[in-house]
Amino acid sequence: MPKRLDIKTILIIGSGPIVIGQGPEFDYSGVQACKVLRAQGYRTVLVNSNPATIMTDPEFADATYIEPLTPEIIERIIEAERPDALLPTVGGQTALNLAKTLSERGILRKHGVELIGAVMESIDLAEDRQLFKDAMIEVGLSCPPSVVVGAVDDALTAAVQIGYPVLIRPSFTLGGSGGGIAYDPDELSQIAERGIKLSPVGQVLIEMSVLGWKEYELEVMRDVTGNFVVVCTIENLDPMGVHTGDSITVAPAQTLTDKELQRLRNMAKIVLDRVGLATGGANVQFAINPADGQVYVIEMNPRVSRSSALASKATGFPIAKIAALLAVGFTLDEIPNDITKVTPASFEPSLDYVVVKIPRWDFAKFPGADSRLGPQMKAIGEVMAIGRTFAEALQKGIRSLDIGMFGFGYKLAESAPEALRLPTAQRLFQVASALHDGLTPQEVAENTGFDPWFVRQLADIAALQTGLENKSINGIDSHEMRRLKQYGFADRQLAVLLNTDEMTVRSHRKALGVIPSYYRVDTCAAEFEAHTPYLYSTYEQDDEAHISDRKKVIVLGGGPNRIGQGIEFDYCCVHACFALRAMGYETIMINCNPETVSTDYDTADRLYFEPLTVEDVMNIIDAEKPDGVLVQFGGQTPLNIARALENAGAPIWGTSVDTIDLAEDRRQFNGLMRQLEIPQPAGATATTRDQALTVAHEIGYPVLVRPSYVLGGRGMAIVFDDDMLMAWSDKHIEWNGHPVLIDQFLDDAFEVDVDALCDGDSVTIGGIMQHIEEAGVHSGDSACVLPPYKISYYHVEIIREYTQMIGKAMGVRGLFNIQFAIKDEVVYVLEVNPRASRTVPFVCKATGIPLATYATQIAAGKSLAEIGFMEEPRVDGFFVKEAVLPFQKFPGVDARLGPEMRSTGEVMGHASGFGHAFYKAELAANTALPSEGSVFISVNPYDRGAATKIAKDLVALGFTLVATRGTAAYLENVGLPVRIIQKVSEGSPNIVDAIRAGDIHLVINTPRGGQAHYDGALIRGTAHLYGVPIITTMSAATAVVQGIRALRQKPLKVRSLQAHHGLN
Amino acid sequence: MHALLALEDGRTFSGVGFGADGVQTGELVFNTSMTGYQEILTDPSYHKQIVTMTVPHVGNTGINVDDLESDRVWVAGFVVRQLSPTVSNWRSQRDLDGYLREQGVIGISEVATRSLVRHIREKGVMRAALAHGEAAHDPAALIEMAKNAPDMSGANLVDDVSCVEAYNWTEHSDPQWYKDHDYDPNGALIIAYDTGIKRTILRMLTDRGLRVTVVPARTTAAAVLAMNPAGVFLSNGPGDPAAVTYMIDNTRNLLGKVPVFGICLGHQILALALGGHTEKMRFGHRGGNQPVKNLLTGVIEISAHNHGFAVTSDSDLQGGEVTHINLNDNSIEGLRHEALGAFSVQYHPEASPGPHDSLYLFDEFVSRVKREPIRV
Repeated sequence: MPKRLDIKTILIIGSGPIVIGQGPEFDYSGVQACKVLRAQGYRTVLVNSNPATIMTDPEFADATYIEPLTPEIIERIIEAERPDALLPTVGGQTALNLAKTLSERGILRKHGVELIGAVMESIDLAEDRQLFKDAMIEVGLSCPPSVVVGAVDDALTAAVQIGYPVLIRPSFTLGGSGGGIAYDPDELSQIAERGIKLSPVGQVLIEMSVLGWKEYELEVMRDVTGNFVVVCTIENLDPMGVHTGDSITVAPAQTLTDKELQRLRNMAKIVLDRVGLATGGANVQFAINPADGQVYVIEMNPRVSRSSALASKATGFPIAKIAALLAVGFTLDEIPNDITKVTPASFEPSLDYVVVKIPRWDFAKFPGADSRLGPQMKAIGEVMAIGRTFAEALQKGIRSLDIGMFGFGYKLAESAPEALRLPTAQRLFQVASALHDGLTPQEVAENTGFDPWFVRQLADIAALQTGLENKSINGIDSHEMRRLKQYGFADRQLAVLLNTDEMTVRSHRKALGVIPSYYRVDTCAAEFEAHTPYLYSTYEQDDEAHISDRKKVIVLGGGPNRIGQGIEFDYCCVHACFALRAMGYETIMINCNPETVSTDYDTADRLYFEPLTVEDVMNIIDAEKPDGVLVQFGGQTPLNIARALENAGAPIWGTSVDTIDLAEDRRQFNGLMRQLEIPQPAGATATTRDQALTVAHEIGYPVLVRPSYVLGGRGMAIVFDDDMLMAWSDKHIEWNGHPVLIDQFLDDAFEVDVDALCDGDSVTIGGIMQHIEEAGVHSGDSACVLPPYKISYYHVEIIREYTQMIGKAMGVRGLFNIQFAIKDEVVYVLEVNPRASRTVPFVCKATGIPLATYATQIAAGKSLAEIGFMEEPRVDGFFVKEAVLPFQKFPGVDARLGPEMRSTGEVMGHASGFGHAFYKAELAANTALPSEGSVFISVNPYDRGAATKIAKDLVALGFTLVATRGTAAYLENVGLPVRIIQKVSEGSPNIVDAIRAGDIHLVINTPRGGQAHYDGALIRGTAHLYGVPIITTMSAATAVVQGIRALRQKPLKVRSLQAHHGLN
Repeated sequence: MHALLALEDGRTFSGVGFGADGVQTGELVFNTSMTGYQEILTDPSYHKQIVTMTVPHVGNTGINVDDLESDRVWVAGFVVRQLSPTVSNWRSQRDLDGYLREQGVIGISEVATRSLVRHIREKGVMRAALAHGEAAHDPAALIEMAKNAPDMSGANLVDDVSCVEAYNWTEHSDPQWYKDHDYDPNGALIIAYDTGIKRTILRMLTDRGLRVTVVPARTTAAAVLAMNPAGVFLSNGPGDPAAVTYMIDNTRNLLGKVPVFGICLGHQILALALGGHTEKMRFGHRGGNQPVKNLLTGVIEISAHNHGFAVTSDSDLQGGEVTHINLNDNSIEGLRHEALGAFSVQYHPEASPGPHDSLYLFDEFVSRVKREPIRV
């Protein structure tokens, strides 16, 4: 069937900020949908609150709205753009839930907007666990016995019938948010209460746990005529009980016979028929009893999902793109297979390789969080690796994680069989240790629930490793080397095992002639020729890379998503590719993160889906012989290997490796700042407890302390006195010779971030952003505003001058980011990063200036003058970026901001005035600020002055103040009316009860330093759980008042980026 | 132990042997199914072919007696990237290595299979010799053997695989894999010509309430008609269809007298009987992911294929029409001759291994047999 001509304009909803369970994969799917629908001649309107996405670049849609994803805002966009249709299936659960609300409220009908790619009834059926289960039974399929409940008491009754342990799954939440496994009534009560609260429909499913069963997922597509294909079968290494997003998964399925697999295929088809998926992609999850093959249908997602991104990358079959085409009426046979060019998309990919996905967790960022894996997803990101065998893919995947592990064989302390029973982030490595210690594969399989087939593969890796004991590198011949490489052993891993260094292994290996072959991901197991260079390495014969002799540049991607290293860097990498292509270079992308746009085979001319290690990158450089390699766009991961790449002969473009090192080396950097006469906070290092005290006294409290050998703010704290310093040191420091960095903490300072470009000679600033939270909150967790709203012109001028000086003095060639702090009229430099920063996409959206493109052009040798970017862009209106934090996923973690970054994503709000922009940013971050009601204020003594002013404003706006005795007395003293409420320790009813009861509409609570005293943490935790906005800094509270006031004066307006920047 | 695969064009692939020792020649083909090695090994259509699996891990689920398509392994040799070092599946009864050894069939593992498949794709299928053990150390001799091996074109291999005596088939499918159907001991009688028939095809017929008698390929049409069947089934099988002249004659003599349904070789035989032609394909279709379009309904079936010959697109089918085409290469995948009550498909609706999208064809056969209106 040809495409529909009755539709002209299509509204696409994105997935909003990156959160656990909804990552950059929806940028990938959204970009695909936008591109292909536009190419088909449709007018596209996109709305997404996340500025760090490629999809929200103005060139990807006809009208792009970076606005909060709420029904009210979407209705305004519908009124302005008059779309004929809404495509809700490429924006994750967020888009689907929003479409559901829009439909239920009659907004779609009112404006004549047709839902395409989904029907409301199907969404309801797939999302409502009870309806789904009933429907499955009706068509003869089985689901685990379960009961849907809306109250904790009912949950307890249900659990008695089903038998413990039970699974708790809230309805309609992302990534299993609020779910858990309960082994007893106490655990059940706790999890069920949270789950009921988190579920938008106030329901949880109490389900029989099928812990230990095999878990499978089928990625399927169907078109309007009912044609049905299975794109990918995925088997989980971790058995049932661990969320699939937290599971190591393998494609294709390895341990099912054809009969068993076809049964799942048939069942998936029955599920789709029953649920009534109109067109598009879906996934169906199954559990299989390993003892007898009994099958349970677990769930079905009637949309493009996280695993569809994985399946697309794993197979070369672009699910989101095809889903978009199917939604406008095409059938599968009318869509060509991009890779073979000659065959249609109506087929099922055949894989002649193995794909392994490994999740990436960041538990160290969340002390107090339960690090056991269960039905609620906790991973922040993931890597995918391709190898010809499972062993090769798994070991490539491990070294892709960028966690300091270069293969399966590393030894860990804890490897007792009991430890293997507990699913954690470490379990795979515990298995390695256990096998090394002589536990049999059978014992490992019994304890982990991993299928014995996988365990045997792991045991074979371990055995190869054992075989290397007492060997030296020169004793490895080409046959053995090839075999080791075929099992995925990294040079670096072999170096450890053979007691030598990586480069020695590398040169020995190359001398033996053991170099990788590059094979193509071709969807068809080589049955047809692949025209798209989507490549992976393996150690076999022949090579399909077909290297060109064009001018070419390699762009190194960012690797797995993690806190501090997210989609923002992928955004920059993608732009680097586009810019290089526009300059006539052949572009080559290397990355291992399946969730990204950069790993879409459409993005660069050539895609190597490979780990970002020195070995893997150098192998590609040896094969491709590029003119340049770009390391400054992918964040810290490529920077970490830049020196080694250069030493190995890689032509690094842009900012030199020496400059990168200069910025990282504290002594060198301090020297440069002294030379430039730019102030820095006072600082020194200490290697003993006593020295630390002396240094702290010299500098004067408060001080910022951190261990020198960790990255990303880990272990960083602000301490206010000797006791806190000692307590911190006892907890984090072993005093074993590694220095501890102690810096003056600029209390109550304003922080400012600058993104700028330097071509080596001149500097142009891209954007100056003021943080809304004061110093002490990690820049990645702080809201910020462009342009600065509260700094004097004088200080901004100093910042400009320092930026110019630093860029030139360091000889930056490309992007750099500087963090400044302003305190007591002095502008201090805190940090310089000579690379693309987290804020680049935000600045690009706010200014309309393609900073990453310009940086790429500079790296390729152009000057700012040649580019024509010599003046700092003026910003029209206000753009606020707000961070989105994952505290809801980590109950037990104190939900407050600090020097360690913990946000997973960001949103943007823009408006002509600061108040509206801030309000929108908060709304987009799912913090709906109240326009009336009660505000609970509890601040530490330092903040009482600032709090008084805020309290006065709130009273003037008609709010009721609520406070505990101490704060209340202070506020009453200045004549403010306050309702007094009990502290938790004073018994019930207290503040926590009031939050639970919905009597508090805003919480302003400033904690102090590391004193996570019980009340504060409990209040913050409860507020997060119940969705009550919580403000933990005085400057943010001031901004909140401005936001609320602005909204009371004028309603929110929406404006597309194209309209804002005059692009249409 | 060392094993070597030598191709008639002189290229060799080394690996590690499994299964039986010795030397064997055959036509070297590849199959892109990701599951179902057991069904493939025992499918008589692979007689005299050395089969390369594109999926890297083979043997993972072992061997169980329920999934065999005949009573023995028919492939001449088996080529894989990695033979599973273990077996894991609740239905498994033994491992692949031991099974092939018992069956006297040579396997070779650790082969650069993708490289091999690309070679076949570019050069076409060719003869090869597979050696495991002593003989593997003499590549020149093996290449010579490959060159001297019989060609598949013009080869009648049906006599090798057909049953010797007629028998009644009563077994039906395990309902956990295929939709449950009612077995009817008094159902209409179908005569199934065994040119290498797969058990799953027979089960598809009995599942639908048909009584099935399987007859040797050389059974004459007159003898078949004397049994008074309600329909005749022409089975899959190995070799060049044009060389099986007696089957073409038999079929010609049955057409118009009784409903006829053919699969794979049976489809080619039907086309030849109608006056069409067949040709050898460059490297054939073997896999479980082929898109076939039903031209009567517009529906696309993802289907299982195993054929190296095809009905030529310029065939004059004397009133027959093409009903199905392959969307990858537009080759003919199905035909029917309404006046003569005959229809056939080139691919495998019984799957095994492969997707079950095309089972409706068996229902159509039942309708024809029962002279009910056909639902298309």
